[in-house]
Amino acid sequence: MSENILEVKGLKTYYKTRLRENVYAVDGVDFALEEGKTLGIAGESGCGKSTLALSLMGFYFPPLHYNSGSISINGTDIMKLTKEQLRTQVSGREIAYIPQAAMNALNPTMKIIRFIEDIMKEHRPELTKQQVWQMASERFETLNLSPKVLNSYPNELSGGMKQRTVIAISTILNPKVLIADEPTSALDVTSQKAVIKLLKNLLEKKFIKSLVFITHELPLLYHVTDEIVVMYAGEFVERGTAEQMIFDPVHPYTKKLMGSILVPEEGMKGQKLAAIPGAPPNLKKVPAGCRFADRCSFARDECREGKVEIKVVDGRLYRCLFDTETLKEWYENEQQQ
Amino acid sequence: MSSSNNVLISGKHITKVFGYGNHKTTAVNDVSFDLHEGEIVSIVGESGSGKTTLAKMIMGLLKETSGTIEYKGKPRQLRNHAARKKYWKDIQAIFQDPFSSFNLFYKVEKLLMDCIKLQGLKLPREEQVQKMKDACSFVNLKYEELFNKYPFELSGGQMQRLMIARIFMLHPKVLIADEPTSMVDACSRSTILDMLMKLRQENNMTIIFITHDVGLSYYVSDTIYIMEKGKIVESGIAEEVILNPQHKYTKQLIEDVPKIHSEWNLA
Repeated sequence: MSENILEVKGLKTYYKTRLRENVYAVDGVDFALEEGKTLGIAGESGCGKSTLALSLMGFYFPPLHYNSGSISINGTDIMKLTKEQLRTQVSGREIAYIPQAAMNALNPTMKIIRFIEDIMKEHRPELTKQQVWQMASERFETLNLSPKVLNSYPNELSGGMKQRTVIAISTILNPKVLIADEPTSALDVTSQKAVIKLLKNLLEKKFIKSLVFITHELPLLYHVTDEIVVMYAGEFVERGTAEQMIFDPVHPYTKKLMGSILVPEEGMKGQKLAAIPGAPPNLKKVPAGCRFADRCSFARDECREGKVEIKVVDGRLYRCLFDTETLKEWYENEQQQ
Repeated sequence: MSSSNNVLISGKHITKVFGYGNHKTTAVNDVSFDLHEGEIVSIVGESGSGKTTLAKMIMGLLKETSGTIEYKGKPRQLRNHAARKKYWKDIQAIFQDPFSSFNLFYKVEKLLMDCIKLQGLKLPREEQVQKMKDACSFVNLKYEELFNKYPFELSGGQMQRLMIARIFMLHPKVLIADEPTSMVDACSRSTILDMLMKLRQENNMTIIFITHDVGLSYYVSDTIYIMEKGKIVESGIAEEVILNPQHKYTKQLIEDVPKIHSEWNLA
């Protein structure tokens, strides 16, 4: 077993609203990521996926606040570092983050090379402009991106190209962990494939060591990641390998989520798509018991009491009161009806 | 397939050119189609293939450079405002970005009230409210919670459903859905699709999906048109086009979609 590169323990972060209410968007998340592995995070909108990604960076800007928990990269707890240390030593070097709609973050008045020069000024001040150019064009070439891109303005590039450029820029310092938040959601299938190829390429060439991939496109996660975590209302509800999660989900929420997959394959047409009634709970006031109980078709009275802890069965983690056999039986009964 | 064979809208050799002189771009190039009553059609293509331009021309928001669009067998009339208003009673649209499809200064109530006014109905207040309530409950929204809110207070999924509530009130003959689900997650997507299907069953509406999601188009539609660089390269019954593609571009497009029962070729 190789070493854990990223280890998160009991991470709790919250948003403070104008009415002084605390909304726990990430509520006690534990996970570890081994070197060379890819972790996918899935879930509906409003389940805390993006907040988790943001929290992993260690930077907290209001209204987001940190409550408790630790984030260790290679054994060092980044929550114990000062902001200045985080900025100069951790962000970009140890952990890099690609936010949603990152391609719109490029300043339209700057050429692409200027962004890279900016990064280098901070992290590698000894390099001259020529050396930076040399290095950047080499990196772009190894990633099958044309070095011509470096000399163009963001508005000259297409959406998919911009997204790939942003990924190449943010990994230029070879961060250990890359967190990609919905990197393909605004792109069409052809550009989406190009972005995925680039991410795989980065992993293969060892420019990044591990990848955390956040999306709600489940077929995509199946092909990209080793393990998938499903998040609901700020908590992890199930974790397993991609294969297990797609074809043999345990938790009722995962089951419903997998039922909403749409792919152009034979037999898909005429099949009924699963829709989950209602919306995720308001996290200002977390319901007691299982957070999914209100929308779950199998919920019993005991689901609404106490706190449901995460269980480990055959190396799979899930958060439900019932054991796998009972759940399977219920799924079969439901299908027959 | 479609329940009747009446052609509702047909396009004949439609071309749209943007710009002049050296800066000419042909967005839609000599496209012809027939849309039947009650049919669900998908226009599939990647970004920049001209699918939205085509949709805008069908809606009458853009004027075609050459070619004609016939509505109910006659060339359509959009010369003055009254004629356009009459046309838009029959043709409605849902757009990609729910956040920019509403007037931010109007409350939800006014928005729904406008639908009643557009139909030219004069009803007592109670009936108006009842109509709005019905429309909201059709899309699983609560009118009592919503009517006094502004659109920006709603979530993306709620807005998109409100848009469908509008369509429910207007019951148009044709609905153009321009990427209706690309900005919502997979669960809301199935809810929205369910509602659109229900709507079609009730009014025998023609729905035109504009999308780059091949899975979605296969799931919902009777007929699929594949567009590449302004041209329709392949068209036909959904099963045939998706499961047995003929054109090179269609094959490429289907191969690019990640599937769950077969390998995804990343080479």
